[in-house]
Amino acid sequence: MAKAVLMQGNEAAVEGAITAGMRFFAGYPITPSTEIAEQSALRLPQEGGKFMQMEDEISSIAAVLGASAAGMKAMTATSGPGFSLMQENIGYGAMAEIPCVIIDVQRTGPSTGLPTSPSQGDYMQARWGTHGDHPVIALSPSSVLETYTLIIRAFNLAEKYRTPVIFLMDEIVGHMREGVVLSNPRDLIINRRKMSFHDGANKQCYFVPEGEYVPAMKPFGQGERYNITGLAHDVSGFPVNSSEIAGRLVTRLLDKVEKNADDICRVEEFAMDDAEIAVVCFGGTARAVMDAVLQAREAGKRVGMFRPITVWPFPEKQLRARLPQLKKILMVEHNHGQMLLEVQRTVGGALPVDFLGRIDGTVISPADILAKLSEMEGKNHAE
Amino acid sequence: MPSDLVHLYMRIDHLPQIWCPGCGNGVIMRDVAVAIDELIHDEENSINREDIVIVSGIGCSSRAAGYLDFNSIHTTHGRAIAFASGIKMANPKLHVIVLTGDGDCSAIGGNHLIHAARRNLGLTVVCFNNDIYGMTGGQYSPTTPNGDKATTAPYGNVDRPFDIAVLAAGAGASFSARGDVYHARETIDIIKRAIRHKGFSLVDVYSICPTYYGRKNRKGDAVEMLRWQKENLLPTARYYSMSEEERAGKKQIGILSYNDYPEYTEEYAKIIAACRGKAKKQGGDGT
Amino acid sequence: MSKRYEMRFAGSGGQGVILASVIIAEAAVIAGLNAVQSQAYGPEARGGVSKAETIISRDKIWYSKVTRPSFLLALTQASADKYAKELAEDAVVMLDESLAIPAGLDPSRVIVVPVLRTAKEKVGKAFTANIVAVGAINRALRLFSDEDLLEGVRRHIPAGTEDINRKALAEGAALITDAQAAACARRI
Repeated sequence: MAKAVLMQGNEAAVEGAITAGMRFFAGYPITPSTEIAEQSALRLPQEGGKFMQMEDEISSIAAVLGASAAGMKAMTATSGPGFSLMQENIGYGAMAEIPCVIIDVQRTGPSTGLPTSPSQGDYMQARWGTHGDHPVIALSPSSVLETYTLIIRAFNLAEKYRTPVIFLMDEIVGHMREGVVLSNPRDLIINRRKMSFHDGANKQCYFVPEGEYVPAMKPFGQGERYNITGLAHDVSGFPVNSSEIAGRLVTRLLDKVEKNADDICRVEEFAMDDAEIAVVCFGGTARAVMDAVLQAREAGKRVGMFRPITVWPFPEKQLRARLPQLKKILMVEHNHGQMLLEVQRTVGGALPVDFLGRIDGTVISPADILAKLSEMEGKNHAE
Repeated sequence: MPSDLVHLYMRIDHLPQIWCPGCGNGVIMRDVAVAIDELIHDEENSINREDIVIVSGIGCSSRAAGYLDFNSIHTTHGRAIAFASGIKMANPKLHVIVLTGDGDCSAIGGNHLIHAARRNLGLTVVCFNNDIYGMTGGQYSPTTPNGDKATTAPYGNVDRPFDIAVLAAGAGASFSARGDVYHARETIDIIKRAIRHKGFSLVDVYSICPTYYGRKNRKGDAVEMLRWQKENLLPTARYYSMSEEERAGKKQIGILSYNDYPEYTEEYAKIIAACRGKAKKQGGDGT
Repeated sequence: MSKRYEMRFAGSGGQGVILASVIIAEAAVIAGLNAVQSQAYGPEARGGVSKAETIISRDKIWYSKVTRPSFLLALTQASADKYAKELAEDAVVMLDESLAIPAGLDPSRVIVVPVLRTAKEKVGKAFTANIVAVGAINRALRLFSDEDLLEGVRRHIPAGTEDINRKALAEGAALITDAQAAACARRI
């Protein structure tokens, strides 16, 4: 059996990625994600993989897309300012359907902000950062072990849906060390679905069979030539100026995530069976929420935690299923109210949704959450 | 009727190309195709057509990737060299050829150009340098000569221009050269040598843009502009046979700098070999 | 061991307090306990006050920040003064001998040890001060077996430095008297 080791969240991301088959990393140093680049530089050549320190984050994501197109599972990692720089090419990856994983270890913004302090202020940027309507899958871990297992899932989803997957970490989890026992779930790894022009009649590199959403991928530069572009293109991969074809393409790109939300969305629910109040949170914030829920339960309060692990698409179906039993929702996040908007949209006014956020770089404590829950109770009595 | 070359190496369905009448880009694209063709048919050391990857950015020049019938990837503005870096790292046996323009490679992509040159990563960059942003309608670029006019320099360009081949050489490119539209044969030979070169190679090919740059600056039509190239851009031997006075205002066509610095992917392969050798010695599984 | 230790390690950047906290957490993991370690990152780690935290528990640890420190190691006056104000009632404080006991801190809760001097004079390398401290902490709090602690150290030191680090651990442990250890054991 593998032995327990103390591991940092950022290191666990690299180990998980390598387990998932990541063999190319390109990145640029930025706090608090730098350890991911350092660990990749150390570990990848040991696995026959390759690391490149690029001149900026724009070239980092570009090199990752290039390497992935050419057949390697590839990843980059950054934080807020670098994530902003990557946005254009994330859209390229979505449009050209090139799988990859982009880690954003969120820090307090805006701008240079508080580089070493935690935040979850990039939640909406992960969804809407690049221009134009595009599909997004984003996952957010709340522990070191989950960082390891979830990034494997991030690579799997990237391959399955041929799209960039954003791995939305935060400084809390990225810089925290915990004891972990790493497994190697080789049988759970999804490898690239490859197609060849030589298989049957189809000569179209973006051909999608009826009823499916995702084209299999043709290895680029491995014997069968085709074209890749970020322009609106037809199934042959060439640019077209047809509104019909462009509309059909982008609709398919959006559908492949939206219509597969059941497969993509995962949540963690704790003490939700009889909960009347759900505390919704994601990522590192869940650590304080768990303690607060345990303490509230000790005090006899029917409080539970609802944690989206898949943060995009927002797991609205899962949350909606809980609404009949709930009286209130408290959204706790380290920003000014971003996932709150998704919760409110999902709840649609059926319940009061309260909010506890923080944007000053400090961490929300269990005591803060308990105080907020008491305050909500007080409001209840006043009503 | 299309020539054999067009039939062989261009995507006929996607022609005619979008370039204006008199544009030099079609000639440079043909130079690239001829260079590749001659390398494919080089009896002593032929290269495999399927190992050619054309990478382009955004701009007039970058549309060439779509017309050339090789593995092709048309990327984002300025980032072709960065995409190409990932492709080359993933599969070092590929001949990765970046087709770019003066704006794409020396303005928005200037940083990637100098860093790829510094690393000596084995890419070949062919810059279609027409001194102007053509796709967006005639704005000045980093190579527009000082004082020249453009839609964004209506009173004359205040900026001083880059010499892209000199820039690349200064950044450490192990192969830096200059070509032009007029001297097609010389330029084809230069591109062939650039593709053969193991490290980073750059060929700055002077194109002509009669539509925007030429018209704005009263340079005459395409023929006039080519005549200027004929008279002022001189193959190396001729250039150096001239006295300094005769050379004034003229530029050399040919290889400007060349050396055999270690190539990046080969150096990285040594690191992998060393790491894996060590892992095996220590009883690692080496998988 | 009691249910939960919340430990804070403070000093100036370069003294290795972060590594000390990491080693304690690693040893806890080796001993089969739960541990979470975190630190103040950034400019602080390069010359200002440096702070690291380790929580050890038999139970699952959720919230990763120390809220009621049951132990404080301070190697500079500034860090001692700053963090002495944020202690649990029964906390143990370990201070380097070069420091004054912060005002308002009950001296009976303080163990004064010559960590920095021992590293320099007895071990012979000033940079081993954090390992000396780890040895002293483990002897005082009786957290882990010597083997688990040594393995915890081993996982975080460069190859070839094992002997000097082993010596630093031993010299650190030797700084704690039986009476001090017994007092700490009573307290936590």
